[in-house]
Amino acid sequence: MIKAKPKPIEEIIHEIKDCSKVLVVGCNGCVTVCEAGGLKEVELLTSALRIYFMKSNKHMEIDETSLTRQCDKEYLQELEDRIDRYDAVVSLACGAGVQLMAEMYGDKPIFPGVDTCFIGITEEQGVWTERCQACGQCILASTGGICPIARCAKRMLNGPCGGSENGKCELSILVGRDVDCGWHLIYERLKRLGQLQRFGQPSDDKDWTLSRDGGPRIIVKEDSKV
Amino acid sequence: MRLSYPSNIRIVKVPCTGRVAAIHLLKTLEMGADGVFVAGCLEGDCHYQAGNLRARKRVAYVRQILQSIGLEPERVAMYNLSAGMGVRFAEITREMTEKIRQLGPNPIKSAGAMKEAAA
Repeated sequence: MIKAKPKPIEEIIHEIKDCSKVLVVGCNGCVTVCEAGGLKEVELLTSALRIYFMKSNKHMEIDETSLTRQCDKEYLQELEDRIDRYDAVVSLACGAGVQLMAEMYGDKPIFPGVDTCFIGITEEQGVWTERCQACGQCILASTGGICPIARCAKRMLNGPCGGSENGKCELSILVGRDVDCGWHLIYERLKRLGQLQRFGQPSDDKDWTLSRDGGPRIIVKEDSKV
Repeated sequence: MRLSYPSNIRIVKVPCTGRVAAIHLLKTLEMGADGVFVAGCLEGDCHYQAGNLRARKRVAYVRQILQSIGLEPERVAMYNLSAGMGVRFAEITREMTEKIRQLGPNPIKSAGAMKEAAA
């Protein structure tokens, strides 16, 4: 799922300080799972904002709601008959949700309330890590189910590089925590699977136009269209 | 024991401090409380194993939020004591009351009062 983290409250205050009526909208999808933008976080943010503006003696009405998803028009339409009442909306959805809301409600300022980070998994409650970069052409079949695009800092197709030491990436020093070398993980996994011969043949070139190099992407599934 | 403690303390009972969410603490301040403390069991003594440890983290989180909105983080606190420590409870309530008295009333109340005066 998509993982995000709440934006600093100061940043949100700065965006909405000139408004007098604001709606904070959560998303019950991915950002709820990573505890960044669900109903719980909406309640916390609104309460904090209310306290801030009351303390600053500024009149500010802040309402809260949360939608099933913000990346589908059907759910965003639920705001149709009330959004005009507000000067601006703070959306706690991922970047996709914020943008769809901005598209649907063109004359309304929409401010993001979270920083969207990556597609990842839950390591444990409160800890999420990156696993996928949505490169558009999955190569997990040949890398033992471990993605070198997401888990190698250099996105190497044939690794590891010289910066791998004791299974850790040289980036560890820079970021101040141990980062596993993706290719070391792949090696260990392929060894376990008895597929080390994979290292005897270099990977084919990857078509990066299917990733971000090809610009914003689109998926059309004709049989699903109505 | 006939112990007395400040009469301005309002007790909200919960089955375990693990039930206390960050929003409960923040709401008390939004509703005008001058301060709020969570009285959990002694660490290591939680009947549900980690309820009081979770509460401690939530209190710390709320204090961070208060810091970022410019409210004194000391208005929210966590204390640990057992059900048999009545003397300590009275002591904590006095300590907390004194701390809050030094910080002054919740600024949202005075802001509201100013608004009323202006009206």
